[in-house]
Amino acid sequence: MKVLVHFEHDGGAIKRGSLSALRFARDVAEQTGGAVTGLVLGSDAGDAASDAARYVPVLVADDTALKPAIAGPHARVIADAVTSGGFDVVVGAATSAGKDVLGRVGGLLGGFMASDVVGHEVADGELLFRRPMFAGSAIATVRLCGGPQVVTVRDASYEPSDAAAEPGAITPLAVDTGSLPRDVEVTGTPPSQGGRPDVTEAQVVVSGGRAWKSSEDFETHVGALADLFGGAAGSSRALVDAGITPNELQVGQTGKIVAPQLYLALGISGAVQHLAGMRNSKVIVAINEDRDAPIFQVSNYGIVGDVYEVVPLLIEKLKAADA
Amino acid sequence: MKILVPTKRVPDPDQRVRATADGSGLEDKDLYYVPNPFDLIAVEEALAIREREIEDSEIVTVGVGVTDYEKELRATLAMGADRALLVETAANLDPWNVALALEKVVEREQPDLVLMGKQAIDDDSNQVGQFLAARLGWPQATFIASFALVEGGAAIQRETDTGMESLKIALPAVVTADLRLNEPRYASMPQIMKAQRRPIDRVALEDLGVTVAPRCEIVALEVPSANRTCAFLDSADELLDALRNEEVC
Ligand SMILES: Cc1cc2nc3c(=O)[nH]c(=O)nc-3n(C[C@H](O)[C@H](O)[C@H](O)COP(=O)(O)OP(=O)(O)OC[C@H]3O[C@@H](n4cnc5c(N)ncnc54)[C@H](O)[C@@H]3O)c2cc1C
Repeated sequence: MKVLVHFEHDGGAIKRGSLSALRFARDVAEQTGGAVTGLVLGSDAGDAASDAARYVPVLVADDTALKPAIAGPHARVIADAVTSGGFDVVVGAATSAGKDVLGRVGGLLGGFMASDVVGHEVADGELLFRRPMFAGSAIATVRLCGGPQVVTVRDASYEPSDAAAEPGAITPLAVDTGSLPRDVEVTGTPPSQGGRPDVTEAQVVVSGGRAWKSSEDFETHVGALADLFGGAAGSSRALVDAGITPNELQVGQTGKIVAPQLYLALGISGAVQHLAGMRNSKVIVAINEDRDAPIFQVSNYGIVGDVYEVVPLLIEKLKAADA
Repeated sequence: MKILVPTKRVPDPDQRVRATADGSGLEDKDLYYVPNPFDLIAVEEALAIREREIEDSEIVTVGVGVTDYEKELRATLAMGADRALLVETAANLDPWNVALALEKVVEREQPDLVLMGKQAIDDDSNQVGQFLAARLGWPQATFIASFALVEGGAAIQRETDTGMESLKIALPAVVTADLRLNEPRYASMPQIMKAQRRPIDRVALEDLGVTVAPRCEIVALEVPSANRTCAFLDSADELLDALRNEEVC
């Protein structure tokens, strides 16, 4: 199969989630006897294209109309690249950005789409996808009844791919600027993030739940512990609902999916919707005053206690160990 | 202003689901259904637009599914929708075919805005809104956190992977609701009673002119168990030792 990988980038480097999509693409190409090509969209996209070319040959759509990224024009360019290049599959990361644009690509290409893929196999030359349903309570195996196929994969389930021995070629992709929709204008972009990594990119994620009473408490405990681990701060939906943490910290079925080396759940009960976002983490630690909280059922280690007492102790010990 | 709000019924997220013994589907005889939570956020926003921005807005909710779906669809009337339309089909449609049905409804109803949930929490596909926007050739704004009508369209804030983005979008458009858009109201008892007596428009999927063409088929379903054995520890020191042994600290 010919597989096209949609590379998300920040203007320079390719994002980690896209390297997981690349892993999927390489696996599929290997299993079916095919080839992988990357696709980079943007304006002044030379740096991103060079970074992408470290992994695979890339097509680059470089046009001022493609920055900032807007689903309408981007989807048009991606769908055209799939059709003109005769690709069987186009894959990207199951991030918010990926779901936004590739969903629309799916709509343009006839709806053969599998999202949030966590595994795949090739049977009789056909791709079968594994994807969670019902907040991860069930795993479905699905087949798509035709193509071209559009796929988003979870980075938590596919190890990021490594660079190739030799860089790939960079081929410009002509963009028919006039044909692109101009019905959406970006009037404000998110402020660039502070020091902490994103929950999906960190090896350690420290998450807080309803136990935390304020943004200040969250920051001085959950945030401080995350910094000591060099990790990311995450949260349950309860805190997002309460306005204590911003939306992009939410881990779970309707937030972000993570699978770090270490996940600490501090004052989180462990509702299925939260577990859906973190249960595949390597080591899970829960601190909760309720010994019967369901979070302990998916944890490797637990402390039954008040987070306002235990977390400051942890911070103190870690600081002492660092010193 | 006419607002179309597509809705879906989903198994109540508070109950446990079980796969059938042969893995072909879900044990569904005891399942209790509710309107998809994100769709209620969309209904609420439509009501808010009517209250806040354009008083003579018409709000039409639409469901695609089995006859029984009428019950959950009525909840949108109780909340304050003007009309509800049920596109009847016994088939379990994948996102593509739902989008095709909604496209036909849009052709009939000619709304200025399609406002829907960002994902249905049963299959979590997160596809129908984007599919519909692509089919219609309309602009889309997914995962929205605020909505206001402005000269020439709508000003929207949407959730991205890294924070909030602001957009100005032309209408008609398809927008999908995220969690922080609003908190849906509860219908009062009298409103619920009144909604019981209101008619629901029905149209058969075939009569809309949709020929179902499956795109995504479930071939197997399993319910995994990923429980672990938790070692309960007594102190921060013990925990840090354990994490060092696991080489994650
Ligand atoms: C459709 C749908 C989608 C959802 N999606 C998500 C999602 O993506 N992510 C998500 O997280 N949730 C999601 N939820 C919400 C989810 O069902 C739970 O309501 C939520 O996860 C609860 O958050 P919590 O554990 O922080 O709060 P609670 O359930 O209130 O738990 C708080 C926990 O903290 C403990 N505690 C309180 N004080 C202390 C203290 N001082 N010291 C120690 N422990 C303490 C309590 O014992 C309790 O176990 C979703 C729900 C629905 C219906």
